[in-house]
Amino acid sequence: MMDEPTSGPGTPADPPAASVAYQEPEEEVVEEEVIAQQQLATTAPDVLADSLREYLDAWWRRIRSGESGAVPVLIGLVLIVIFFQIEESTFLSAGNLVNLFVQASLYILFAAAEIYALLLSEIDLSVGAVAGVGAFVIAELIAPPVNLVWWLGIAGGLVVCAGIGLLQGTLITRLHIPSFIVTLGGLLGLTGVIIELAQIDKTAVGGVMSISTNSPVYNLVNANMSPTLSWIVLVIILGAYAALSIVSATRRRARGLSAPPTSIVLLKVALAAAGGVAVVIICTINRGAGLIALRGVPWVVPLVLLVIGAWSFLLSRTKLGRYIYAIGANPEAARRAGINVPWVRTIAFMLVAFTGGLAGLVYASRLGSIATDIDVGQLVLFAVAAAVIGGTSLFGGRGKMLHALLGGVVIAAVFNGLALMGISAAGVDIATAIVLILAVTVDSLVRRRGATGA
Amino acid sequence: MSTGDSVTAREGGNGASADGSPLLSLRGVGKNFGPVRALSHIDLDIPPGQITALAGDNGAGKSVTIKTISGLWPPDDGEIVWEGRSVRLHGPKDAEALGIRTIYQDLALCDNLDIVQNMFLGHEPLRRGVLDEDTMEIAARKTLDELRVRTIRSIRQPVASLSGGQRQSVAVAKAVLFDAKLVIMDEPTAALGVSQTRQVLDLIKRLSSQGVAVMVVSHNLNDVFEVADRIAVLYLGRMVAVDEASKFDRQSVVEYMTTGLSSRGLQTAGVGAGSNPQASERKQ
Repeated sequence: MMDEPTSGPGTPADPPAASVAYQEPEEEVVEEEVIAQQQLATTAPDVLADSLREYLDAWWRRIRSGESGAVPVLIGLVLIVIFFQIEESTFLSAGNLVNLFVQASLYILFAAAEIYALLLSEIDLSVGAVAGVGAFVIAELIAPPVNLVWWLGIAGGLVVCAGIGLLQGTLITRLHIPSFIVTLGGLLGLTGVIIELAQIDKTAVGGVMSISTNSPVYNLVNANMSPTLSWIVLVIILGAYAALSIVSATRRRARGLSAPPTSIVLLKVALAAAGGVAVVIICTINRGAGLIALRGVPWVVPLVLLVIGAWSFLLSRTKLGRYIYAIGANPEAARRAGINVPWVRTIAFMLVAFTGGLAGLVYASRLGSIATDIDVGQLVLFAVAAAVIGGTSLFGGRGKMLHALLGGVVIAAVFNGLALMGISAAGVDIATAIVLILAVTVDSLVRRRGATGA
Repeated sequence: MSTGDSVTAREGGNGASADGSPLLSLRGVGKNFGPVRALSHIDLDIPPGQITALAGDNGAGKSVTIKTISGLWPPDDGEIVWEGRSVRLHGPKDAEALGIRTIYQDLALCDNLDIVQNMFLGHEPLRRGVLDEDTMEIAARKTLDELRVRTIRSIRQPVASLSGGQRQSVAVAKAVLFDAKLVIMDEPTAALGVSQTRQVLDLIKRLSSQGVAVMVVSHNLNDVFEVADRIAVLYLGRMVAVDEASKFDRQSVVEYMTTGLSSRGLQTAGVGAGSNPQASERKQ
């Protein structure tokens, strides 16, 4: 069935618009079947959403059917930015915005990790502790006496994290222990492991492992790409994105498959270009105080974009990603479809822990050290908060990596703005809680509307 | 290749199994759950290209029968004959490999995935290691066209946005996507309104006109008489009547379902008459 070639020019009975999309009638096909195909063909433009307007209609239906996606968070982000800019004029200064990007990168990675668990309608409470373990392992591997080269150190830390995820995922899926309990155990147990790791190492004075300022691990957050390199990277990323989306949409339209209208593709490319150019411009403005110029995009920004891009690809273009969504919505249907459900869920928990390890790397790089006082519990809460604020559902099956990006930026903006305003830690926590509750409320309201078939 | 199959099957289907051999035969199938005899000595022939309705009151053994055929619960005794040879089904995969697809009442669709994604779930073709969306969409649209499912706006819309009848259509399309020979549907119209029911009944007829054997489990006698070529009635785990639909009327089916006998004297196939699969037909 799948080897069937797409029909060529089509038979005369086919209307030209649909000749590619539909199989030509077979020899012995009865008259009414031809009529049926013609009827279908007349509905084709509407099926394919040819115009911007139809696309927007379809998009609106999607929102109403419970796929609120990124809209509420984008509106919220704009409001937050306006509020802080009115309160503190330095909020939108180059220096502060770059600071915000770096803050956001940590929450984005944590949220990206948690999204794998949330998509399965599970939760991983241990991701903060896993990040702490990963950071300690990396810090110890690249410091004396081990002295591994930086990338091997990072790889070592990430492998340890993935191993923890494999263990937790196995307990959850093979022994059928709720993920809440297994990862709560992980949260507690790994906090102990972090203290042990700090004690093994003689250089960890007072539970603090510092990272050499010469190390690329330190420079990940604390050094910048030169402005020239920043622009080159931007052009490469945008060029690849534009080429892929335009070519793919054009090819699919040519084959009569459903594809977004050209105007929408171009609009998306333009938005991505505008965002990217804005980020690079902001980062290349001199934000140094005094005589020393400080400009360029911090290395962590392309790293985060790479992770989000890779994970988006995994979720939308691979079997594993498709199965994660399927299991999150209907595990029984997935099982009956022959999917190895326990294995997919185990891999998802490995991905949570692996991405958590990357977050730990960024955490340690930003501080220039990793200490036993890392607040692993709070980091988990921010991971969940950022994912949910970004638009990922707590109830499984709905969410994208883009949501991690948006949610991470919102949380960072709230922290950053409140800190600029001189609000106390207590006030910051309360404000974050309010944003989180609002986001979940929006999620469940939209879902309820979707469920009642509005 | 699917085209070729369905063409040959279609010819056979119209001629009501031209060579006379049934697609599937249950011969003396029994199933126990501990001391409970859920099925005893069931004989049932399912001819290709026809719609067989399986009727029976609650607890008559309809679910056990379809779960036996779909490989979920292997029978304790008797044999299952598929296209003339005896087969043992150890799991749903065995039944699927033969071309038996079962659509349970819950339809097993993922609300968050679109129609194409649902139809191919678990069987996605890959191109250079990446999901081959183009191939999937073309094949999905072709199958939906063949079933003449026309009420769906876009095959890229999530299943959550579909009506009950449309969801049933997607489940059927998913079942026949890969060369199905027998589609078993459990209460396909149970949760549907009038027009949705019509849509699904039409779909069932179209399926059989394409040469696919369909077995419909239903409580609803209106639906049974509307679509069925043959009717089989279960009563307390026994097959009490199997024949062409025209040989029954509403009254006799109800009597078989509730008492296991019919006062109209159509037939009184009980446990004893079951040893020969053709026995019930020969009585006519």
